[in-house]
Amino acid sequence: MGHHAKHYALVATAAVPALLVLAPVLGLVVLALQGDSTIWPHLATYVLPDALRQTALLLAGTAAVAAVAGVGTACLVTSFDFAGRRWLEWALLLPLALPTYIVAYSYMDVLHPIGPVQTAMRALLGIHDVRALVLPDIRSMFGCIMVMGFALYPYVYLSTRAALLMQSAEAIEAARGLGASGSVLLRRVMLPLASPAIGVGLGLVMMEALADIGASEFLGVRTLTVAVYVTWTTRGSVEGAAQIALTMLVLAFTLLAAERALARCRDQGGGAGERIPLRTALSGPAAALAALCCATPLLIGFVVPTLHLLVNAGIRVAEFGLPSQLASWIWNSASLATLATVATVSAGFVIAFCHRQVGGAATMVLVRVSALGYALPGTVLAVGLLGPMAWFDDAVAAALDALGRIATPSLSGSAAALVLAYLLRFLVIPVNTLESAYGRISPSIDDAARSMGAPDHALALRIHLPLLTPATAAAALLVLIECMKELPATLILRPLNVDTLATSVYAEASRGTYEDGAVAALTIALVGLVPVIVLVRGLQAHSGGKQRSGMSLARA
Amino acid sequence: MTFRPLLLARRATLTLPIAAFMLSPTLARPNEEVNLYTAREPGLIQPLLQSFTAKTGIKVNTVFMNAGLAERVAAEGARSPADVLMTADVGSLVDLDRKGLTQRLSSPVVDAGVPASLRDAGANWIPLSLRARVILVSKDRVPDVAMTYEQLADPKWKGRVCLRSGNHPYNTALFSAMIAKRGAAATETYLTALKQNLARKPAGGDREVARDILAGICDVGLSNSYYVGLMLSGAGGAEQKRWGEAVRVILPTFGDGAGTHVNLSGASVARHAPHAANAAKLIEFLLSPDAQKAYAEANFEFPVLANVPLNPTIANLGMLRVDTVRLSDVAAHRSEASMMVDRVGFDQ
Repeated sequence: MGHHAKHYALVATAAVPALLVLAPVLGLVVLALQGDSTIWPHLATYVLPDALRQTALLLAGTAAVAAVAGVGTACLVTSFDFAGRRWLEWALLLPLALPTYIVAYSYMDVLHPIGPVQTAMRALLGIHDVRALVLPDIRSMFGCIMVMGFALYPYVYLSTRAALLMQSAEAIEAARGLGASGSVLLRRVMLPLASPAIGVGLGLVMMEALADIGASEFLGVRTLTVAVYVTWTTRGSVEGAAQIALTMLVLAFTLLAAERALARCRDQGGGAGERIPLRTALSGPAAALAALCCATPLLIGFVVPTLHLLVNAGIRVAEFGLPSQLASWIWNSASLATLATVATVSAGFVIAFCHRQVGGAATMVLVRVSALGYALPGTVLAVGLLGPMAWFDDAVAAALDALGRIATPSLSGSAAALVLAYLLRFLVIPVNTLESAYGRISPSIDDAARSMGAPDHALALRIHLPLLTPATAAAALLVLIECMKELPATLILRPLNVDTLATSVYAEASRGTYEDGAVAALTIALVGLVPVIVLVRGLQAHSGGKQRSGMSLARA
Repeated sequence: MTFRPLLLARRATLTLPIAAFMLSPTLARPNEEVNLYTAREPGLIQPLLQSFTAKTGIKVNTVFMNAGLAERVAAEGARSPADVLMTADVGSLVDLDRKGLTQRLSSPVVDAGVPASLRDAGANWIPLSLRARVILVSKDRVPDVAMTYEQLADPKWKGRVCLRSGNHPYNTALFSAMIAKRGAAATETYLTALKQNLARKPAGGDREVARDILAGICDVGLSNSYYVGLMLSGAGGAEQKRWGEAVRVILPTFGDGAGTHVNLSGASVARHAPHAANAAKLIEFLLSPDAQKAYAEANFEFPVLANVPLNPTIANLGMLRVDTVRLSDVAAHRSEASMMVDRVGFDQ
C-alpha cells in the first residue's frame, strides 16, 4: 500500500519537468492553429522539397564526419598508448566550448580567398592575381558539413569512449581467446558492442545540426530550420513558422523513436563489466600517426577557430582594452548556466530514478517526452514558451488580485524564464545519461537497500547518487556548456539590461564588428574550458585504475 | 561520498530565495524610467541613451533581441513592461502595428521634422533613420558610376553578381518596392534574370559582397549603405577597411529614375506602455537635431530630419534622392516578394 502511494508521489514529481517540456509545444500548437493553411501549397511546391533535401544531406554528412572523427579518436585513445594520449583524451572535448556559428564565421575569415590561408598559398606559389587560384568555397553544403562535423564530433567521442571503456572484460578476453586481435577485435566485437552509444552521440549531433540557424544561414545552406525562420521573419507569419516547426518536431521524434528501437535491437547487453583497459603501446611512426589522427579533429574543430579568435581579440584588446561590461557578461552567463544546470540535472535525476523504480510504459513516456525540447530549435522553443508563460502569469495575477495584492511577480521577462527555457531544452542530456548509467547498477543493490528498510529518498541520495557521480558530472558539464553557449532562447526571453557572453557576441556580430565579439566569444570558450578540465581531471582521479567512467551520454 | 546529496540539498535551499528574487523584475516600477525593446543593436546608441538620461533624468532599460520581439510583446500583453519598440526594418514596424502592439504617437516634433512620405499615416510608428540599398562595384574592374537596380539583371553581369539571401528582409524590401512599382510579373522576370547573374549562392551578409569583390569572386553586388561606412571607418578592423576600399558605391535608382530604395529604422510606443509619456519623450529626443546627427552617425545612416549634417563618409556617397514609393506599400508586398524568391529558386 505505502509502497504504491510513494510511487504515485514519485511519478507525480518526475512528471512535472517532463510535462513542462510540453508547454512550448502547446504554445506552438496554439500559434499554429491561429494561422490558416494557405502557405502550405507554396511551401510544398517551392520550399520544402529543397529544404528537405538540404537538411538530409547536411544531417547525413555531418553525422558521417562526426562519426569518423568521434569513433576514430575514441578507439585510438582507449585502445592504444601513445605520446600525448592522456592529454588528447580530454582535449578532444574542447570543440564543445565553441558556438557552431562562431566556428563558421572564423572559417569564413580564415579560408576566404583574401584570408590568411589562401594569401599564404598564393605567396608560396608566387601567384599575384587573387583570381588565378580558385579553391572550393566554404559557403557550400560541403563547407557547412565540415564545420558542423568537426564542431560537433565530441558528442560521439564522449559517448563512444565511455562505452568502449565500460565493455566487459569477459567479452573482450573471450574474443581474444578465440584469436581475435587488433582491428578484428575492434571491428567485430568492440564497435558492435558500442553501437548504441555511438547512436546516441550521433543522435545529439543530428539534433544540433537540425536546430542550427546561424552557421547554416551564413554558409548558404537552406535547411528546414532556415525555412521556419524565413517564414517567420521575412514573411511575418509566426503561425506558418509554428506549423512547419511542429511538422519538423514530428519528423525528429519519429527519427528519435526509430533510433531508440534500433538501439534496443543492437543492445548486446554487455554493460555491467569493468575493464582494466588493455592498451597496446605504440611507438615510432605508429604512435605519431595515432597522435596525428587524434589531433586533426581537435585542430579543425577547436585550435584553428580559437587561434583566429585570439588574434582578433588581441588586436581589439590592444586598441580598446577589455569590454567594460565583460565582468557582468561572465557573471550573468555563469550564474544563469549554473542555476540551470543544477535545476536540469536534478530534474533529470528524478526522472531517471523514477524510471528505475517504477518502470513500465508510463515512465518511459516521461523519458521520451524529456527529449522534445532538444529537438526544437532554441528560437522556436522560446517563442512557443512565451504563450504558456503569459498564461501562467495571468493565472498568478488573477489569484493574487483575489487576495488583494497590488504588485505581482511575473515569469515572463524574468531570469527564471531563462532558467526554465534552458531546463526544457537540455533536460534530455541528464535523463539519457543517467538512465544509461543506471543500466550498470545492479538491481540487487536496490533490493539489499530496501530489505534493510531504506526509503526511496535514502536509496536515491545515499546509494544511487554516489554511484552515479561520474555520469552526473558528465551530464552537468554538457548542460553547463550548452547553457553558456545558448543564444536564440536567451535573446528572446532575457530580462531588461541582462546581457550574457553569448548575446554580446551576437550583438557585435550583428553590427558587423566581429573583432569586438571575439573577446566575448573567446571568454565562452575559456569559461567552458574550466568545467571540461575539472571534470576530466576529476574523472581520472575518481576512476583511478578502475575506469568506471560515466562520461557516457547515454545509451538510449 | 555522502556529502554530495547534502551539498545538493543545500544548493537547492540556496536557490529558492534566489529564484523568488528572480521572479520579480516588475515589482518596483519607478516612474522615471523607460523600457526599450530593440531589434537594433543597442551598443550603437548607448551614448545617445546616456545623454537622454542625463538630460531628462529618465533611465533607459534595454533588451536587444532580433526575431521574437513582436511575439514577446504580444505574449506579455497588458502586463508588458515594454515602452518603446525599436526595429531596423519597415516590414517589422508595420508588423508591430498590424498585430496591434503599438499606439499612436501624435507629436508636433514628429509632424514638423519627418517628411510625410516616410511617416506612417496612422503615426503608429516613427522613422528615425534611413539606410539606402546601394550597388557596390569593383573599383578595379567596373568603370560604371551610375546604375539602376534593373541593370543588375543585365546579361553582361553573368557570373559577376554577389548577394546575401534573397529572403533576407533587406533584399525582400527591395523586391517589394519593385513589385509596387512595376508589378509582380516584371519583378519575377527580373529575379529570374538576376539569379542567372549570380557568381555564387546567396550567403553571408552585405559586407561579404565587398569582401568577395576584393577577392575577385564577383564584380558587383548590393549592400546597405551603412556597411560601407562601417567598413571604411575601420570599426571592424584593418581587414574590413580593405574590403571597403575595393568598392565604388553607386546610389542606384529604379528604371523610372525616381530615386534610391531606402529602408528605415524606427520606433513605436508600445500599446500597453507603462511609461508612455517617457516613451514619447525618448522618441522625440531621438528626433532632435543633435540626437539625429549622433543617431545617424553611430551607424553611418541617413537622418530623417532635413538639414542635419551627414557623416563625411556617407556624404561622399553622393546626394541621396529617396525613391517615391511609400514604405508602407513596400511592407505590404513583402510576403509576395519572399514567395517569389522561393518560386524562382533564388537561394538554391
